[in-house]
Amino acid sequence: MTGDIIMAGFGGQGILMIGNLLAITAMEEGKHVTWFPAYGVEMRGGTANCTVVVSDEEIGSPVVGRPKGLLIMNGPSMEKFLPMLAPGGDLIINSSLVEERQVTRNDIRLLQVPADDIARNKIGSRQMASMVALGAYVARSGIVKLSTVFDCLPKVISKKYEKFIPLNVNALKEGAALAGFHA
Amino acid sequence: MSALAASPSKRILTKGNEAICLGAVAAGCRHYYGYPITPQNDIPEYMAAHLPALGGTFLQAESEVATINIILGTSASGKRVMTSSSGPGISLMQEGLSYMAGSELPAVIVNISRSGPGLGGIAPSQGDYFQAVKGGGHGGYRLIVLAPHSVQEMYTLTMLAFDLADKYRTPAMILGDAVVGQMKEPFVASPYDPASTVEKPWALTGCVGRERRNLKSLHLKDNAIEVHNWKLHEKYERIRKDETRAESYMLDGATIAIVAFGTAARVSKTAIQWARKEGIAAGMLRPITLFPFPEREVFELARTVDVLLVIEMNTGQMVEDVRQCTSLHDRIAFLGKPCVMPTPEEILERIRLLAGRKG
Repeated sequence: MTGDIIMAGFGGQGILMIGNLLAITAMEEGKHVTWFPAYGVEMRGGTANCTVVVSDEEIGSPVVGRPKGLLIMNGPSMEKFLPMLAPGGDLIINSSLVEERQVTRNDIRLLQVPADDIARNKIGSRQMASMVALGAYVARSGIVKLSTVFDCLPKVISKKYEKFIPLNVNALKEGAALAGFHA
Repeated sequence: MSALAASPSKRILTKGNEAICLGAVAAGCRHYYGYPITPQNDIPEYMAAHLPALGGTFLQAESEVATINIILGTSASGKRVMTSSSGPGISLMQEGLSYMAGSELPAVIVNISRSGPGLGGIAPSQGDYFQAVKGGGHGGYRLIVLAPHSVQEMYTLTMLAFDLADKYRTPAMILGDAVVGQMKEPFVASPYDPASTVEKPWALTGCVGRERRNLKSLHLKDNAIEVHNWKLHEKYERIRKDETRAESYMLDGATIAIVAFGTAARVSKTAIQWARKEGIAAGMLRPITLFPFPEREVFELARTVDVLLVIEMNTGQMVEDVRQCTSLHDRIAFLGKPCVMPTPEEILERIRLLAGRKG
C-alpha cells in the first residue's frame, strides 16, 4: 500500500502530531515513509500542515504536488489545499468547522467527519478531534492498519499523558466507524 | 523490500536536523555553539536539551561572528566542536572560517541552507554551493563539503565530517537544505567507529612539561606564508585524491545521466524510476562530497552517456564544476529551480525531452 496525504488545520489541533503518528505507524509496518512539516512563518501565523508519504519503494520527494489524500481540519486550509488533491482522491473534512459548500469539487471522494462534535460529545475531549479525523482517513484509505496505529500511540504520547491513550483509541475508532470500519 | 525496511524495529523516525545532532553526539562532540535562524533551529534546540547532561557545553552566542570564534578556540583545545546556521549566518562566519582554515583547525559547520541572497527567505535552496565549495572567506582555502540527501546521511555524514576534519585539520561543512533538515524519515543509528579518531599532538592543552605549541594564521617571516600556502594546497590535493565520494544510481547502460546533490538528487531518483518504467535509460551520479568534487567520475560519465543533465535548486552553480570536468560541453544540459524544489514530474518531462520523446 502506498499513498500520500496533506493534513492541514490551525496550530494546536494536533496536525503535526497525527502526521507523526501516521508516519511512525507506516515505519513500524516496514514501509518507507517521509513526514514534512510547514516550518517557519506559517506556524507563527496560526496554521499548521504536514505531508506524509508512504511507499514500498525509496521515496524521492517528501513534498507532493498532487496528493491522493487530504485531511482538512479548518476552513482556511480548504481554500489553499483543495485544488491540489488528485482527482479521485480522498478528502476528509472536519465538518464541525468546515462547511460543505466549501467543497467546490465533485471529482473527489468526500468523507465528512464532525470531528470536533464527536470529540466533545462522544469522547469527552475536544482535543481528540484530530484523532477522530485520522481514524477516518486510515479506515478510508487503508494506508496502514488501524490496529498498528493503536500500537504506536505510546510512541507519540509522552509518559506524562499515557492515561489518555484509551481516549485516543476511542477517538480513532469513532473516526474509523464513520468510514464504515468497525474495530 | 530493502534491508532498511526489513528490520523496522531498529529504525527511528527522526528529523534530519536531529539526526545531525545524534551523529555529532555519537562521534564524541560535546561542544556546540550557535545563534538561531530558520530552518535549522532544531539543532540548537536538541543540543541545548542534551549536551549539558552529557558533560558538554551548549552556548547561544551573541552572534554568528562570536560563535565561529568560540568554535575556533574550542577546536584549538583539541575538542570536537560543531556549529550550525543557515545562509545569512554562515556568511557572518566566513572570516572565522578563513582563520580556522589558515590555522588548520578542525570543526564541523552545518549549513541548512535557505533562499538568498541577503535574508532571502526560508524556502529550501542550493544557492550556497559557490560559498561552500569555493572558499567563502578570503585568502584561498577549501572546506571539505558533504551533501546529505536523506536523514540517514545527515547522521552518517556528520560522523564522517568530524573524522575528516580531524584527519586533515580543516573545517568540514555539512551542506543541507530546509527539506532534508525539516523532514522526518526512518533511519538507523549505526554505531560510531572510535578507531577513526586521531591524536591531536598540536592541541593547546596547557603547556606543562612539554614544548610550547603555536596555532596561528599570521605568517610574516620571509617566505613563510608562501610555504604555508603550498602546504595547504598539498593537503587539499590529498583530500581530492583520497576523499571523493559519489553515489552511482542506476547508471548501468544509462544514456541520460542526471548530476545532482542533496534534495535535488533525491527528487531526481523518483523521476529516474518513472523514466526507466517508460524504457528511458536514465541514471544519476550524485556527488556526496562537493569538495572534493567527483571530477574523474564526471569525466568518465560524459564520455559514455548522451547527456549529462545537471539539476540544482539555483540558477546554475555546480554546473560550472561539471563543465570543468569535461570538454564535451554540448552534452551538458541544465535544469535550475532557484529556491524551489523541483517536482519529479518536471524532471521526467525534461528527461523525456532529452530522450526525444513526447510526454
